[in-house]
Amino acid sequence: MMRFSTLLRKPAEWMRTAGPHNDIVMTSRVRLARNLEDFPFPGWAKKDSRIKLLEKVQPQVNELSEMKEAFSEEMTGLSAIEKQVLVERHLISREHAAKGPGCATVMNRKQTVSIMINEEDHLRMQAIRPGLQLQSAFENLDKIDTELESELPYAFDTTYGYLTACPTNLGTGLRASAMLHLPGLVLSEQINQTIQAANKIGLAVRGLYGEGTEALANLFQVSNQTTLGKSETEIIDHLEKVILQIIENEENARYKLLEEKPTMLQDQVCRAHAILRNAHIIPSKEALNLLSMTRLGIDLGVFPNEDRELINVLLTEVQPAHLQVEAKRKLTVEERDVLRAEILRHKLKSLTRPDFSDILSEDRDHE
Amino acid sequence: MNCDVCQKDSASIFLTQIVDGKMQKVNLCESCAKEKGVTDPTGFALADLLKGVGTETVSPKPTVKGELKCHNCGFTETEFKKTGRLGCSQCYEVLSEGLDNLLEAMHRSTVHKGKVPMRYRANKEYRDRLADLQTHLQDSVDAENYEEAARLRDAISELKDEYSSKKNLSSSSD
Repeated sequence: MMRFSTLLRKPAEWMRTAGPHNDIVMTSRVRLARNLEDFPFPGWAKKDSRIKLLEKVQPQVNELSEMKEAFSEEMTGLSAIEKQVLVERHLISREHAAKGPGCATVMNRKQTVSIMINEEDHLRMQAIRPGLQLQSAFENLDKIDTELESELPYAFDTTYGYLTACPTNLGTGLRASAMLHLPGLVLSEQINQTIQAANKIGLAVRGLYGEGTEALANLFQVSNQTTLGKSETEIIDHLEKVILQIIENEENARYKLLEEKPTMLQDQVCRAHAILRNAHIIPSKEALNLLSMTRLGIDLGVFPNEDRELINVLLTEVQPAHLQVEAKRKLTVEERDVLRAEILRHKLKSLTRPDFSDILSEDRDHE
Repeated sequence: MNCDVCQKDSASIFLTQIVDGKMQKVNLCESCAKEKGVTDPTGFALADLLKGVGTETVSPKPTVKGELKCHNCGFTETEFKKTGRLGCSQCYEVLSEGLDNLLEAMHRSTVHKGKVPMRYRANKEYRDRLADLQTHLQDSVDAENYEEAARLRDAISELKDEYSSKKNLSSSSD
């Protein structure tokens, strides 16, 4: 089994590697909800029943070929900060972080697959990939699911499909989502329109940390709302088509901004560069939004593309729990803002000045 | 950022809602959120509320006496209305009344079309095959073709034996 400290020291694989369309699509995630027959759902089960289920399920999950040298831990065995780190990396849900006895998390070494035991359902399995790779994330998870179904008697109904604690997940139990970076649509004030259009065709748009969280760093999660009546492939194909459309809209919004408001764009990116490299106190929200502008700068070609990985990793590592792991102690909000600024100054020391000469001269050619 | 309702405590719950194409943001502190009934940690009930398919509009009317209760886990209809979640997989049978309406509103469908676990695939094949043989048996008896009927009767019992031995095998490996 992998130690938690080892897990913490390494950024997740999907934070560091490239994927298709990963200028706009940060990550693709797919999750499956599964339950066992004969056990009440976690939210209704008594503690003893939850523990019995865990004892039945956890060994089977540990046995999975995907979970060689995995990290496997009961939630009661993790500190508040450690759990928050997993939330900040999208490896467990906020709800799961608050769980007590009988609840556990198992994840593979690469941090690409995580399985929550006794979250809202007995099993919540998730695969995460960089860029737009919903299909490959699903295939990964589908294999794991097939491996588990031969050992664990799933609650299933030939009409309703996989039976879940909440009827909103009934059927496939599948939620596919992509984390999109949409500064162009936000700056050109088209984001509400986009969200509304997505809602109309049965997709949900949420902030960085899911339901009820604020949209930070111009990051938006788009996911399927319905799980019943369509096959897994149909759900994923539909979502992917919509995401490709949103990518196109975002690209158009960026072109238009370059054409109509190049100085505003230059101002935003240059300010981000200046503040991130010179601030001594920086709150989380401000840091994330400035990192978003830096990321946009990379997409526009005014920063070197090699810095993309660094920015992606920083988007996670300047968050509260990651800072406290770095400091090896609990920090007050004020202390965190100081440490965050220090890390950003240090890591972005070599980030070159944004060079807009190409973009702006190209713009003049058009005129 | 302070809570929009009490203007005192700092907000920790952020809601974004789109009404007539305009984004509305509401920031609430914990206690005001609780008061407004939006404390549900996973927010599903809220999402349903916003979609206008809140469980209260669909579940059967509350009857204090003959309330539906799951024989398996003791979960009640009232509980379902409160949480929007069920107690165990068998609750789906117990609370089936009104469920299809709820599912139709939520998913615009009531029938699963995706993956089927192996165990149930075998079961479905078995049931289809059994039904087929039984129809033929009845036809043979009706036609007074007793030789064929005897053959079919044997085939049915063979199929049943085969299925139950397979089932025992798979359940013993649990």
